[in-house]
Amino acid sequence: MPRRTPSSGRPKAPPSRGTQPRVGPLSSRLGDVPALNVDELLRDSSVRIMVCCGSGGVGKTTTSAALALRAAEQGRSVVVLTIDPARRLAQSMGLSELDNTPRPVPGIDASADGSLDAMMLDMKRTFDEVVETHAPPDKAAQILRNPFYQALSSSFAGTQEYMAMEKLGQLHAEASRRGRWDLVVVDTPPARSALDFLDAPERLSSFLDGRLIRILLAPAKGPARFLSAGMSLVTNTVTKVLGGQLLKDVQTFVAAFDTLFGGFRSRAEETYRILKDPQTAFLVVASPESDALREAAFFVERLEEEDMPVAGMVLNRVTTSAASGISQQAALAAAERLGEREPLTSALLRLHAERLSRVAREQTLQRRFAAAHPDVATATVPALGTDVHDLESLRNVSALMAA
Amino acid sequence: MPTCRTVLVPIIGRSVAARVGVRRCNNSREDGTQHLGNLDLVTAADASDAVRLHIVTGKGGTGKTTVAAALALALASGGKRVLLCEVEGRQGVASLFDVAPLPYDARRVAVGPDSGEVFALAVDAESALLEYLHMFYRLGRAGKALDRFGVTDFATTIAPGVRDVLLIGKVYESVRRRQHGTAAYDAVVLDAPPTGRIGRFLNVNSEVAGVAKFGPIGSQATSIMEMLTSPRTRAHVVTTLEEMPVQETLDATDELRAVGLRMGSVIVNSARTPELDDADLAAALTSSLDAEKVEQALAESGLGVDQPAVNALLEEATRHAERVELEREQRKRLDDADTPVVTLPYVADGIDLGALYELADQLCASGRF
Repeated sequence: MPRRTPSSGRPKAPPSRGTQPRVGPLSSRLGDVPALNVDELLRDSSVRIMVCCGSGGVGKTTTSAALALRAAEQGRSVVVLTIDPARRLAQSMGLSELDNTPRPVPGIDASADGSLDAMMLDMKRTFDEVVETHAPPDKAAQILRNPFYQALSSSFAGTQEYMAMEKLGQLHAEASRRGRWDLVVVDTPPARSALDFLDAPERLSSFLDGRLIRILLAPAKGPARFLSAGMSLVTNTVTKVLGGQLLKDVQTFVAAFDTLFGGFRSRAEETYRILKDPQTAFLVVASPESDALREAAFFVERLEEEDMPVAGMVLNRVTTSAASGISQQAALAAAERLGEREPLTSALLRLHAERLSRVAREQTLQRRFAAAHPDVATATVPALGTDVHDLESLRNVSALMAA
Repeated sequence: MPTCRTVLVPIIGRSVAARVGVRRCNNSREDGTQHLGNLDLVTAADASDAVRLHIVTGKGGTGKTTVAAALALALASGGKRVLLCEVEGRQGVASLFDVAPLPYDARRVAVGPDSGEVFALAVDAESALLEYLHMFYRLGRAGKALDRFGVTDFATTIAPGVRDVLLIGKVYESVRRRQHGTAAYDAVVLDAPPTGRIGRFLNVNSEVAGVAKFGPIGSQATSIMEMLTSPRTRAHVVTTLEEMPVQETLDATDELRAVGLRMGSVIVNSARTPELDDADLAAALTSSLDAEKVEQALAESGLGVDQPAVNALLEEATRHAERVELEREQRKRLDDADTPVVTLPYVADGIDLGALYELADQLCASGRF
């Protein structure tokens, strides 16, 4: 079941885009893959937030960095937020240190008057800053010392996703208020399941706002007789499973955190609102493999269900073949005829045949995806011989993406 | 509120009570420790040198689930019973074996060579928690009612580390599960979270330390950690011969060793055999292959081809040579590290059940499992 923001309890408006009745072939042009015009998207000044999502290992971080670089070199003021702990973005952008503060990326071509800042999310520091900013100093100190808070801020499975959204909200606010940036590009955490980053804020805020918290707070807040049966069941269970000390820590945390709840909830709602706004463009990143495309389909469907604006898909590592006019069958047959007499040429023909077979398989997968999701415009990036780790190769990737 | 009992519940699972008896103790921790001691004796009596738990991790996109499934098939050869567990709710195992989405109960998904059997199980934290509550507190229906108060949500998603303890707890129970007087499974293969999260996932002890150190979850974490760091558990890291997956593999092996796990193998997936010999590869790298000779041979083969076609073939040879060189560099980095490397070939037409058996065969042939 999709989770919704607390504000979205109203009946859902008819989907504005991308949903046709799922009956019969979805596209009259079965097999056509609509192309995504990356440069047009990057130049569109009404787009102020770009979110790259997709399953692990498909090149999300590289895609985010490449898009940010290209937008900056075309004249936009860009900040790119990455969440990946492997610091790959840092390598490709020539930064030795990527912390919670956006830093200028050296070496970009600023001739079009653009700029590029990059940062990596430090989830604990982001959470601490939220507490320090929004709680009175004595309460803040109390919260930061609480063992439950310390564990929550450094290892809760959803904290990373939550803080990514919190940081996106901050960057967007700074961009709007001070005009420091006109485009925020966000890489998303490697999701445990599709779109955890959409669910996590809602999950945390529904917890902070929910019945459990009220029950836990009840002893501190007055008559518990209306709650007593439910309360003892709940507190007994939490005690049994987690131990009494945790319950005490949670209770003190919640009591200290009480004043911050409203702020958390309203910021989560605000982030949801921004994500649904046409100023946001979601890009689903995938590679031409059945698993990655299946995940991509989940992402697209989920985003459309939430009325989030899907701009298209970036398909990385696509196999290409130099047009040689030799078919797979012809190449294999000729390799067979030449055999050992001409080992080099036979090998070249076999390589060519193998490449064509991969090209065909990937095209089939891509066509199937397009048949089920005919509205998802796609940009493809050919597989590269070498990995990306400098600005030049990143520029090359972005050029291929826009080609 | 009644005083907090010290409840030592070392195992999650349904057949626990029949097996070792559930120790509930209202006394001191010393007594609890004694019970744990008894349990250890039970375990020691069954101990064998064989590895019982294989943990498979790897960077996303390297074929971690495929390799875990192939490993389960390989281990099932010789008539063994093997359980394949997934914990990320992706249902990757079901789609590999082409079966309906897996429920919380183990179900047979394939037979291995020599009439072995592979069972699969998708563990989710919510079911594990309800099972846990049902087993130890008889909170069957009342447990479900807790949902309304957000308790299951709290325990499985918000309370730090508890989710992972519940997930691994189920795996732990499966390893120790007994049936008709012997181990229910000869081996358990865990399709674990990817390298970026594996250290934190497996280091359940430090995850719950500080929040649930003294509760039952804390005791559970200690028992799980003992099994994870014992000689009966091995961790394997799947990689492809590309820079980032190899870097993450090397980082993950360090991290896993630091947590106290023993490394099994680094499994190189999708390795390709060079089509050209070393001299031709070197020439292809510098684009200096003999174009005239290739053109002549092509004409001789009966393919009436022109200059652009020859150039295209040579261009593809250069791409191939670059790729081979990159793979060799990465292989050297793996070989220079101190974990044994096992290689699985690239499967040209996508992974299906038949391909899984071929990969399982390769794993058997490596002699490492």
